[in-house]
Formats: sequence, C-alpha cells, structure tokens
Amino acid sequence: MGALAEGLSWLRANPGIFLGALGEHLLLSLTGLAIGIALALPLGLLVARRARLAEAAIAAAGLLRTLPSLAVLAALLPLLGVGFTPSVVALALVALPPVLVNAVIGLRGVDSQALEAATGLGMTARQRLLRVELPLAAPLIFAGLRIAAVQVVSGAALATFIGGGGLGDLVTQGMALLETGRLLVGGIAIAALALGMEYGFGRLERASARWSGTA
Amino acid sequence: MIELCDLSKHWPGAPAPAVAGLTLTVPEGTSCALIGPSGCGKTTTLRMVNRLVAPSGGSIRIGGQDALRADPVTLRRGIGYVIQNVGLFPHRDVAANIATVPRLLGWDRARIAARVEAVLALVGLDPARFAHRLPRQLSGGERQRVGVARALAADPPVLLMDEPFGAVDPVLRGRLQEEVLRLLKQLRKTVLIVTHDVEEAIRLGDAVAILRAGRLVQHAAPAELLAHPADGFVAGFLGQDRALKRLALFTIAEAPRRAEPVPGEPLAATATLHQALAEMLARGTRAVPVVGGGSLALDDLPGFAAPSPGTEARSP
Repeated sequence: MGALAEGLSWLRANPGIFLGALGEHLLLSLTGLAIGIALALPLGLLVARRARLAEAAIAAAGLLRTLPSLAVLAALLPLLGVGFTPSVVALALVALPPVLVNAVIGLRGVDSQALEAATGLGMTARQRLLRVELPLAAPLIFAGLRIAAVQVVSGAALATFIGGGGLGDLVTQGMALLETGRLLVGGIAIAALALGMEYGFGRLERASARWSGTA
Repeated sequence: MIELCDLSKHWPGAPAPAVAGLTLTVPEGTSCALIGPSGCGKTTTLRMVNRLVAPSGGSIRIGGQDALRADPVTLRRGIGYVIQNVGLFPHRDVAANIATVPRLLGWDRARIAARVEAVLALVGLDPARFAHRLPRQLSGGERQRVGVARALAADPPVLLMDEPFGAVDPVLRGRLQEEVLRLLKQLRKTVLIVTHDVEEAIRLGDAVAILRAGRLVQHAAPAELLAHPADGFVAGFLGQDRALKRLALFTIAEAPRRAEPVPGEPLAATATLHQALAEMLARGTRAVPVVGGGSLALDDLPGFAAPSPGTEARSP
C-alpha cells in the first residue's frame, strides 16, 4: 500500500510530467500502429489471393515476430539514430506481422462458394472485395488489429532506450533516481493502456463479427 | 437461346482437353440437362457460358449475342446463376442476398424491395418470415430456394444451374425439382442444368446432353434418350432400369384408356405410368382403374417403357 501511496503522491506533484509522457506514448503508439496497418493491410489484400505469396508473407511475418522489440530498437539505432522516428519505425515493425497474418488468413478463409457466387452474379473485383471478402474477413482482421495495438502500446515502453520518450521514461527515470512513485505510475499506466487497447479493439472485433454474420 | 459451337477447353498441363468440340443448342424457353460422370467437362462447360472459365476455342452465343465479346461482368448480371452448394453470402440476410444482382444493376430501393417479395413468393417462401433471416438460420431446402430466388431476381432470360439440388435429402430434392420445373416452365426461361443424377436430368431437362471425357455422346429428349441410347456407355450410364425411368415421363392421360371397369381405388389421370405400374404391382393386378372411368392395362405399358424403332410412342 505504501508504494501505491507514493505513486499517487508523485502523480499529484507532477501531473505535467505524467501527461507529457502519456501524450508522447500515445503519439508514438498510434503513429507506429497506423503506419504498420497502412503497410500490412494493403500488403495482405495484395498477397491473399496468391497462394505462394501468401505463404511467403506469413513466413516473413513469423520471422519478424520472433525478433525481440528491444533487439529491433537496438538494430535501428545505427541506421536511424535516436528519438521519435526510429521508435515509430520499430513500432510499425511490431504492428506489421499480426495485422498482415490475420488479414491474409481472414481473406483466404472466406467461403469459396460465396466468392464464386459474387463473381458469377456479376460483381467486379472491387465490389467483391468490399461487399463480400472484407466483411467476411473482418473478425479476423480486427483480431489482428487488437493484437497489434496491444503489442505496440507495450512495446512503446521500450522507446525510452533510444530516446523516443513516452511512459517508459518514467520507468527508467524512476529506476535511475530510485523514485518508486514515478516508476510505479509509469508501469501501471503502460499496463492500463495495454488493457484498454485489448478491451477497445476487442469490442470492435465482436461488433465486426456481428456485422459479418459470423457471431 | 444458348448456342455453343465447337467449344473446347484445354487446361494448361492437362494431357486431354476438359471439353472438346462441343456443339449444343438450348432453344429459347427450354431446358437442357448436362450430365455425365465426374470429370466429363459438364461443370467446365457451364462455367464457360458465364465466362468464369475462358474457353480455349469455339464460340458461345446467348440470345444471339456473342458472349465471348461481351464484358464478362455485364454478361454475368444478365444470366441467372444457381451455384453448387448454393453459395449464399453468409453475412447478408435473405433479402440482401436476393437483391444482389438488382443492386448491381442499380435498381431503386422500392423496385428492389418489391422484386425481393415477388421472387420469395415465387419460390414458396413467405417474405414476412424469411426476408430478414441470415442464411445460417435457414434449413437446407430453404437455402436452395433462396439460391433459386437470387438467380431469378433480375428476371434474366437465361439460367445456369450447377447441381442445384445437390445439398438436400432425396425426398426434399424431389419436391424442389417438381416446383422448380413448374416455375421454369411458367417463366419460360432458357436453362442449362448440370447434374450427375440421371433422374434429375430426365425430370428437369427438355433435352439431355450426355458428356464423356469432354465430348458430347448423345443429345436428345429424355424419352428418346431412354428409348434409344446411342451406345453402350450411354445405356450403362442411364442404368438397367431405363425402361422404368421412361415410364415416369408419361402420365396416365397419355396412355390408351380401356373401357372395362376394374375394382379398387382409381388413380388420377395426372399420375405417371411409373406410379401406375407400381400400383399394379402393389395390388397384384394387371390393370388399375382411372379417375373419371375406364382403366389402364399393363399390356399397354411396354410401348411407353421401351418403344421398338418405328413405333415411337408420343414424346411428352
């Protein structure tokens, strides 16, 4: 209980520092997530209908996923230096695999009879994508977004190591200064953000399942 | 009218063509059943008609228009398509499924809503009960009906049906065949049906085309086909009991009526000779009474079951 009280009193004394770190963290995470999604979704659409490319994409994503976030950050340091940009690039790389894999699996799993009907009844490729493929793949695509969001928000805590800022700063500073309150506020906030993402995107996922008639 | 001329399909790498030199005409307002063992090219042929498969050679004309020159998307919107296993969109309700082609054609909402109600009624589903159900909330038979309704939605002159009743049990299949037969006659559609079921082919087809290894072996009206199979392959494919199957093509009304009265429950004149024969066997008699007087005798059936050449019984 003592630690919690310390955290609260630190928060009361330094609301500006906390909000600044939170803002940075969200900016880092959302930018990284957005870039990751912007790359992974079109890529997924592109490869999903080509069996070999799809397999290759899933294998590559699996490889990327096994790399520890900290290792990616460290590897980017000599290439991109320190600060916001390399952090965002690293987070985009974290977001990419789950979004890509789920998009590919979701699109490939669409009922082949429904696809045959869509084409046979005279839908153009675009109409088929928008009216049949995406709605039916939506639950898996949203599950990919949820996983990516949670991983990015957690991963953004490491941005502090290459000067990217965010809530991770509170943790490292708290450790360096032996300031338990600061440390705790940073840690709890990161955990709460991850849980919030899980909950928010989970709701989206369930809504999409109802929308696609698979719930 | 559907005219296939010298149509062929070679899949790259395949040793033999899937379809070879197929020439076949389905006259306006009639139906033709494509039948043959699996791998005979019947489904490939059907899928070439709506350009889901690109032919390697030959020509296709639909209503006089060159189908291979048309824009495939426009072409498909003008052809009703009932696909194997129905293929309803699982995320769309019945009304939205049926409205697929009208929507693609840009009909206004009121016209689409009216048309959805009309075709639902046409296939025997109450619009009030079914319009807003999802496909997974339907029974197999209801799904098949919705599949047919979807194909009929934009009132296309030509219909393609790929194993339309494959996914339901035999009893229900019989009933659906009956209803669809009535519907297609009433609407005067030109229909190409793919099936592997001989009974279904002779029941639904005004003509039956038998394919073997991509080639047309025989193309004839069911009565002609069952009476005179072109070769041993066709005879074997139609089955040992083809004479019995042929009896199912005629009704009591078409057979000679004898004056002598016969005891027992009379049969309706609309019953088939196949049913009449079954009754005679069940009753152990050589004749059955007919509603409205007179009787049908066993001795008059052979001419319908297997007419000898030259003494052809009247075709239906």
